[in-house]
Amino acid sequence: MTLAVETAAPERMQRRELSDRAFAWLLIAPALLFIAVIVVWPLIETIRLSFTDATLGGENWVGAANYTVLFGDPKFWQTVGRTFYWMVLAVSLKLVVGLIGATLLNAAIPGKALFRVLVMPPWVIPVAIGVIGWKWMYNGYFGLISGLLQEFGLVQDRVALLATKTSAFYSAIVTDVWVGTPMVTLFFLAAMQGVSKDLYEAAWVDGAGRWYRFRRITIPQIMPVIVSMALLSAIWTFNSFEIIWILTEGGPRGATTTLIIDTYKVAISAQRFGEGAARAVVIVVLLASFSLFYLWFLNRVNRRYGAK
Amino acid sequence: MQIDKLSFLQKIGVYIATFFFLLFILMPFIEMIRVSLRPMSHLMTAEFSWWSEDFSLQAYRDMWNTVPLLGRYIFNSIFVASAVTVITMIVVIPAAYAYARLDFPFKSLSLGGFLAVNMFTGAVLLIPLYRVLRSLGMLNTYWAMIIPGVAFLIPTGIWLLRSYLEKIPRELEEAAFVDGASRLYTLRRVVIPLAVPGLIVVGTAVYIGAYAQQFLFAITFNNVREIQPLPAGLFEFVGYQDTTWNELMAAALTGITPVMIVFLFLQKFLVAGLTAGAVKE
Repeated sequence: MTLAVETAAPERMQRRELSDRAFAWLLIAPALLFIAVIVVWPLIETIRLSFTDATLGGENWVGAANYTVLFGDPKFWQTVGRTFYWMVLAVSLKLVVGLIGATLLNAAIPGKALFRVLVMPPWVIPVAIGVIGWKWMYNGYFGLISGLLQEFGLVQDRVALLATKTSAFYSAIVTDVWVGTPMVTLFFLAAMQGVSKDLYEAAWVDGAGRWYRFRRITIPQIMPVIVSMALLSAIWTFNSFEIIWILTEGGPRGATTTLIIDTYKVAISAQRFGEGAARAVVIVVLLASFSLFYLWFLNRVNRRYGAK
Repeated sequence: MQIDKLSFLQKIGVYIATFFFLLFILMPFIEMIRVSLRPMSHLMTAEFSWWSEDFSLQAYRDMWNTVPLLGRYIFNSIFVASAVTVITMIVVIPAAYAYARLDFPFKSLSLGGFLAVNMFTGAVLLIPLYRVLRSLGMLNTYWAMIIPGVAFLIPTGIWLLRSYLEKIPRELEEAAFVDGASRLYTLRRVVIPLAVPGLIVVGTAVYIGAYAQQFLFAITFNNVREIQPLPAGLFEFVGYQDTTWNELMAAALTGITPVMIVFLFLQKFLVAGLTAGAVKE
């Protein structure tokens, strides 16, 4: 059979080539259609709407007025700052906790197969369900966390963690880290298992300790995965809606309002479509430039650490 | 292996650290179970206590009255996620094959375009999406939750499945060509059967994505209670003064049980496959 391929294939392949192009486009056409209708067209519409004062009633072209108002609003810049702070803090924590988790799950101990399964539930269930659980735990009257804090004598009274600005923000971060950690952990774990054993053995023979091997072999070897998980987590965290919406709806007094929450409130809750669209465009521009910068960075990391 | 061996003390350390790590991950579930087993009046008493004498399954009976549509919500969630998965796979399989095997103009550019979709979530595009769905007559139907769900899962699906298809030896297809089979026939009769393990992995990943993400589209594009998926249906009960949390937790736990059971059977398969597809060698 192999012989037949070698003799007959080239000629047939050539004839097939032209039709292959058409065939390829035919194959990806349904996917393209979906993306065109559900992503590309709405994106173009969002850009157009951002130059109008559209509401449910109708729309007029207002030029860049939405943007001028938006950029002149100090609250908006606060929201931008808060969003990036939210993103950087949550992503760093996810990476650190994920790295620790993956290292633990990678250790040669009895029971590790079970532990690996036990990490997954937050990833498998609907995000909203897990967050409802957290909302209960944060509540001040009979929530677990408030109860434990009292139990250990850390606070005198009940603390409603979602009711004050600072505690609400960090509570939302903890929940976001909880949602994102399992996936980060599992990808790090898979990457760690893919590191060639020879490297460790060579270092071990040379007398390198565990910590040294972790720092000098594990981390560099899985660096490409760390960097790409960081990008994915950053995009998800930036876009994260359900967690904040269910916990606080952006409150108290805007303390947990990120750009996505702000956009949703203006565009959907208040139905000020034009202003909402301007915010959405800002999000797209910020995310796109952030991602491009990051991909450039990823490329450099990959080159440096010799991955494909 | 000698190199991996931990001393007794190190092992204890790893176990303790793993315990705290898993405690963080599982705490909400433990708490949800605890709450669901206690009567509401006792949950609200002044003193916080871990253990009490009054554990009962009452909330699991009462929840059917408090959340009368619970059964529907569970069904809706599974139905929407299944429909999203089936449609996504139908769209993704040919596209992934094209990217894995064929050469065509704008190949890498269009693949990059697909991946760029991952940058957005529905949240950014809600306004026009609302209008698109309205003009298609899909608002307040299952389609309002299915169609956007499919679109946002296509890129990941193509990406994951492509790396699978690339691992299938080309010789098998070429042999089929030599025998005069068409591309489409080869795809159906040679490639897809060989790719079944990969299809299951990608399908499960898509399913989890579809199951996890229903909230936003459901609360924005649908206000018909009867077709609301579980997260959106239960969200309605959160945040009122008189929320009966024990029943809510019982309902939430009951709601996620069917999928958790399926997942337990698939987990080994899924994690190995998913991470192998995404992590470059």
